[in-house]
Amino acid sequence: MANIHDIIIIGGGPAGLSSGLYGSRAKLDVLIIEKGNFGGQMSTTAEVENYPGSIENATGPSLTERMRQQAEEFGTKFVKDEVVGVDFTGDIKVVKGKNEEYQGRTVIIATGAEPRLAGFKNEVELRARGVSYCATCDADFFEGLDVAVIGGGDSALTEAIYLTKFAESVTIIHRRDELRAAKSLQEKAFNNPKIKFIWNSVPVEARGEEIVEGLIIKNVKTGETSEIPVNGIFVFVGLDPITEVFRGHIEMDERGYIITDTEMRTNVEGVFAAGDVRQKTLRQVITAAADGAIAVIAAEEYINEKFK
Amino acid sequence: MLELNKENFDAEVINYTEKPVFVDFWGEKCQKCLELMPDVHKLEEKYGDKIKFASLNTSQNRRLAIAQKVLGLPTMIVYVNGEKAEVLTPDKISSAADIEEMLKRFYK
Repeated sequence: MANIHDIIIIGGGPAGLSSGLYGSRAKLDVLIIEKGNFGGQMSTTAEVENYPGSIENATGPSLTERMRQQAEEFGTKFVKDEVVGVDFTGDIKVVKGKNEEYQGRTVIIATGAEPRLAGFKNEVELRARGVSYCATCDADFFEGLDVAVIGGGDSALTEAIYLTKFAESVTIIHRRDELRAAKSLQEKAFNNPKIKFIWNSVPVEARGEEIVEGLIIKNVKTGETSEIPVNGIFVFVGLDPITEVFRGHIEMDERGYIITDTEMRTNVEGVFAAGDVRQKTLRQVITAAADGAIAVIAAEEYINEKFK
Repeated sequence: MLELNKENFDAEVINYTEKPVFVDFWGEKCQKCLELMPDVHKLEEKYGDKIKFASLNTSQNRRLAIAQKVLGLPTMIVYVNGEKAEVLTPDKISSAADIEEMLKRFYK
């Protein structure tokens, strides 16, 4: 018979890794299933400046590796697999991976979210040919070239500032006339000579045959369209949850975010959710990590009552 | 795995006709690329007899990558007789399994 884990954590980002740390410190049998790269969105973030203590060597990959090591040191087990199905109906929860089937007394869903498309013409067709959602991955290509950044939140500004190390110019296209991003980031961006802003505008179409050669934008106030000559378009307009595989198994809101109480409990007994995948207001490394810790405490309490 | 650069790219990929050529376009700052690399090496052991495996460090060979219309990482391309037969862009690669599925289509 297969090994029954105390906690199966789906997703190896900051929420999952914190759950791993707290779970293994509580001497529970904890397995983290990750399909791709650990760290989730954190692993592709150039600088994580807003996580307490993350001052020196504050890159996303470095913070990821430290979190992973810390969880591993206390006994968290890791497996690389992609979850393709779940069965949450029994007392023992079943998680079906591409390679293997896993059984657990509890499950913590920490699959996170992925960048949302901005919805302009040719966005999909020119992906990886100038349209990008990952500045750390692709900035190298745009050395000395002009790029546009779509969005006005923390991510958009952080990545725009990072891109100025490579690109000749960075034009931030934002649909409103003020930014949502943290004031300190705004200040940095406004003071950066390579960054320009185009307000009240949205992207309409990426131009170019095989690679991006320009971006057509539309002013939402006047309706006027214009083209800016750029070779790169970086999109940071928000996130969509990665929850397709759980559809019909647990309660979600209309956008697919999982609904939990303050203890991270979903509507299904023994199933918890943590991090960006959850319906909440602030999606950051720090809130993901906090969710991960809380979920484990709730899971531990559930295990003690249910399986004593 | 064969490392490509502007000196050998034409000979090893464009003018090569013996078997399909799989090229892993990666970059030094692309975390996802670095995580995939050990898996790609395993795939070479499995499929290397009928598919030629090569990688291209785009951080060192930027112009060459752009000439192949690659401006996003990771990108995986299979060339047959020097022509692009299939391209996997980053959004199509969530794990090494996606790369393996593409390779299977050329493993004949």
